[in-house]
Amino acid sequence: MAKTVAATGNEAVANALRQVNPDVSAAYPITPATDIMQRFTSFVSNGKVKTEMILVESEHSAMSACIGASAAGGRVMTVTSSQGLALMWEMLFIASGLRLPIVMPVVNRALSAPLNIHCDHSDAMGARDSGWIQLWSENGQEAYDNTIQAFLIGEHMDIRLPVMVCMDGFIISHSIERIEYLEDNEVKNFIGEFRQLNPLLDIEHPVSYGPLILPDYYMEFRKAQDEVESKVFRVVLDAAKDFEKISGRKYGLFETYRLDDAEIGLVILNSAAGTSKDVIDEFRNRGIKAGLLKPRLYRPFPYKETGEALKHLKAVCVLDRADAFGGSYGPLFIDISTSLYTYSKKPILINKIYGLGGRDYLPEHAELVLNELTEIAKTEKVKTIKEYIGVRG
Amino acid sequence: MADTVEIRWHGRGGQGTVTAAKVLADACLSGGRYVQAFPEYGPERAGAPLRAYNRVSSKELRMHCPVLRPQVVSVVDATLIDSINVTEGATKDAIFVVNTSKGPKEIRARLNIEPGQKIFTIDATKIAMECIGRALPNASMLGAVCKVAGLVTLEHLLEDVRKSFGKKFSQKIIDGNIEATRRGYEEVREG
Repeated sequence: MAKTVAATGNEAVANALRQVNPDVSAAYPITPATDIMQRFTSFVSNGKVKTEMILVESEHSAMSACIGASAAGGRVMTVTSSQGLALMWEMLFIASGLRLPIVMPVVNRALSAPLNIHCDHSDAMGARDSGWIQLWSENGQEAYDNTIQAFLIGEHMDIRLPVMVCMDGFIISHSIERIEYLEDNEVKNFIGEFRQLNPLLDIEHPVSYGPLILPDYYMEFRKAQDEVESKVFRVVLDAAKDFEKISGRKYGLFETYRLDDAEIGLVILNSAAGTSKDVIDEFRNRGIKAGLLKPRLYRPFPYKETGEALKHLKAVCVLDRADAFGGSYGPLFIDISTSLYTYSKKPILINKIYGLGGRDYLPEHAELVLNELTEIAKTEKVKTIKEYIGVRG
Repeated sequence: MADTVEIRWHGRGGQGTVTAAKVLADACLSGGRYVQAFPEYGPERAGAPLRAYNRVSSKELRMHCPVLRPQVVSVVDATLIDSINVTEGATKDAIFVVNTSKGPKEIRARLNIEPGQKIFTIDATKIAMECIGRALPNASMLGAVCKVAGLVTLEHLLEDVRKSFGKKFSQKIIDGNIEATRRGYEEVREG
């Protein structure tokens, strides 16, 4: 029997982690993810979980300790955000290269400088090519659901990869919303017993982790890592199907909203997708065929399926809450462009950068973009491909 | 009221405004409703002006941005009226609830609100001093807002206050807050 509560995104994720009851966690507190670990460590102190909690001196050490514990054969998680994720960067590649199924909720926020504590996707986008699976979440419910599914996905014997679960800093992490919790035993049964694979502590079968691999084999190793990514899609969809059985909530590689017969569309991640859906309803009420695609599995990116879902539209705006500096476009725009490049008939694409450092994404921003798309669909003319919106000057 | 009720709270850091918004969200969960409660995060200093928001709806709440067109505006600290425009964006039939010892007529004139908008006043700070012994007007404001917005019954609200405050505070503080909430609900006046 599910329990309905009013809880913050952080509270919901902390509760998911309690229900998962991992063997080991190592953490260093960072805003606005701190609240998750604060709650989780009190679960540890109060005996609500049997987790071995290691408090370390930095995020780099937190990930290092997680890598060690995971290689030793435990179910492991940590939580981070922003600068913390940036400091972990070196170790992220080691976790994925060693194929360790560590789960890490990431509360998305801006990177310094200038210092800013608010919502932004630059942190997770900076780690998008680190070999971690990334699941993105619109609200607290999705962050809770994705956190639970992340363990089943990452620990799948066909892939064994680390998973990040992304949610918007403050907008979701600190906002109270209605959330449905599963029962503890439902979560326990869903993720199952942790299955070890080549654990370091199995002294009967000694193994080495992280050996030197020179040019004669390094590339084969990388090719194997690339190939395993192609198996992730099926694992994510299977996990979603199983999760629907216990929760009634549907998940896919991405969510489409009124997209099937749409002529114009938005592609947007996380909480801003919700605000956009309400505006799309208003445009539909006025007879304008607008729709939306919200990526969920962002790494590995389902290029084929995304391209198929978008190819029939006339004009699409990809909204990025991060920029990819270097005279480039936003990271999501680059991926959406890639997903469509093989089609001869495809939508005209534009890119808007919004909401950096916690700048509000308001319904009027979605309206502005949808009006521009309506015009582009009519005239087939684009003024600027990439533009910052909701900004001065 | 409409399918979705949007509320904006104006308070100062340290008055418990954010807590009031949180308790309201929790109390409105009943009947399968969807709720949101979130503050605006700025410099978190005691005395600094802050805003918090609620949305309550029978439909799934997908909007994730500040409330721009509130149907209910709760002014937890009346001194804010001098420095910020608390009527900004309020709907034509908006309800204002102001914590003040002054009468509703005087506040109506001061805020210069439109004819279709309603004003309610409550001396929440005085009630807080009498019930809790500290100038924490949040519980009585919560009671007043629930009364005028018709969102939950008094019994249900008090039960929720008991639950929310029960986690952190002593029985004396809990009882004081329950009494303050009840008096806020009962003593709020329309002008």
